[in-house]
Amino acid sequence: MIPAAFDYHRPADIASAVALLQELGDDARPLAGGHSLIPMMKLRMASVEYLIDLQDIDELRGISVSDGIVSIGAMTTQHDLITDAALAEAAPIMREAALQIADPQVRYVGTLGGNVANGDPGNDMPGLMQCLDATFTLVGPGGSRDVAARDFYEAAYMTAREDDEILTRVTFAAPTGGYAYEKQKRKIGDYATAAAAIQMTRDDGLCSSAAIALTNLSDVPVFAKAAGAALVGTSCDASAVTAAISAALGEIDPTEDNRGPVEFKLHVAGIVILRAIERAWSRT
Amino acid sequence: MSKMHIQLTINGEAQEVLAEPRELLIHVLREKLGVTGPHIGCETSHCGACTVDLNGKSVKSCTVFAAQANGAEITTIEGLGNPDDLHVLQQSFREHHGLQCGFCTPGMITRAHRLLQENPNPTEAEVRFGMAGNLCRCTGYQNIVKSILAAAAEMNAAQEAAE
Repeated sequence: MIPAAFDYHRPADIASAVALLQELGDDARPLAGGHSLIPMMKLRMASVEYLIDLQDIDELRGISVSDGIVSIGAMTTQHDLITDAALAEAAPIMREAALQIADPQVRYVGTLGGNVANGDPGNDMPGLMQCLDATFTLVGPGGSRDVAARDFYEAAYMTAREDDEILTRVTFAAPTGGYAYEKQKRKIGDYATAAAAIQMTRDDGLCSSAAIALTNLSDVPVFAKAAGAALVGTSCDASAVTAAISAALGEIDPTEDNRGPVEFKLHVAGIVILRAIERAWSRT
Repeated sequence: MSKMHIQLTINGEAQEVLAEPRELLIHVLREKLGVTGPHIGCETSHCGACTVDLNGKSVKSCTVFAAQANGAEITTIEGLGNPDDLHVLQQSFREHHGLQCGFCTPGMITRAHRLLQENPNPTEAEVRFGMAGNLCRCTGYQNIVKSILAAAAEMNAAQEAAE
C-alpha cells in the first residue's frame, strides 16, 4: 500500500503554507495529522501532487480559554483535547467526544482542524461544532475570514474552504449547563453508526435551551434545530423527549452502507439521541 | 519527487536515510534501516502491530510518512530490551503468557510502555482502554492485560525500592 509519488513541503509559518497552496493549485493538499488523508492516499482514492505538512507551524497549536471564549489551534491533537485541564473545565463535551474518536495511537496524531476541515460525514468533531455553534477561521491569499460551523459543510468532503485556504483555528463560547456526546460504533476505531451531541440548560426545573447535533446520519453534520426547540420549556419528560427524537429524525437522511440499512440507522439515531438527552439533562 | 535525506534518532542512535516522500515510516524502518521489530499487520491503521514511539507518542508507523518523521526521536521494541536483558514488560509478557504467536507483541509492548509512562498505576479498565489500538488474534487479551498490570506493579515496586 504505497501511495503515488508526491512532493513534500514543510513550511514554517502560515504565510508560507498559503503561498505554497496558491502557487501549486488544487493538486496541493494541506496535511495535518494525516490519519484521514494518508489512508486515502494509500488506497489511491486521493491523489495529491504536493503535500503541505503543517506540523512545524507553532501558531496552529494550543488551547486557550479566556473571557468565556475557547480558542483551539487547528493542529491541536485529540490527545491534547483530552488532557487539557482548562478545556475540560470550560467545555467538558470536547473531552467526552475526543475520547470516543478512533484509538489511542490515532488520537496522539489526529487533529481537531483535520477532523473538521476534511468534510467526512463520519468525523465526530463537525457534529459537535454544530452543537457548540463554533466558528472556523480560514486564512488564504486574501487574508483571514471566519465561517460559522453551521454554514461550513456543503456535502460529503465539500466545505466552504477554498483550495488555497488553511483552516487555522476553531473558536466557540464556553457552553453552560449539561452536556453529552453519545456515539454508537461497531468496534473501537470505527466511525459512528450514529452519534449525538447535546448541550442544554435548566432554569426552574424546565429546559431553557437545548442544542442538538448529529453525526454520520446525512452527508453533512446536522444541527437539529427543531429537536432542541421541542425540549425548551419542558421538564424533559417522556413526551417531550419523544417529540425531540421525532423532530431530529425528520432532519436526517441516512444512507445504507456496511453499518446497516436506513431503518436500522434511524433506530440507532433515536437511541443515541435519547441517551444523550437523558445524560445531558442529568448533568444540568 | 526527488528523494529526501531523512534524519532520525532510532533507539538513541542517529541515522540518516534517503527516501522518497511517499515512503511510509514502517517501510523505511524495516527495509532500509533493518529495524524489523515493528511489524506490518493490516497496513490500514487498525491493528497496531507497527506501533512505534515517536517523540513520546505511540503512533502507527504505517500511517506516517518517513518525511513527516524527519528530525524525530523514535523508540521501537529493539530499544526497550534485548534477549539477554529483557525489559520488565517483555519479562512480564513471558511470565504471564501475554503472547502466543507473537506477531502483535512488539506493538503491544511498545504501546504498553508509553501507557505506563503516562499512567504508571492503571486500573484494568484503563489498560484495556489504553491498549484499544492494538489487536491480538490469539490471546483474547486476558493475559496481555494481566502482563501489563503485573509489569506496572513491578515497575512501581522497583521505583519505591529505589526511593
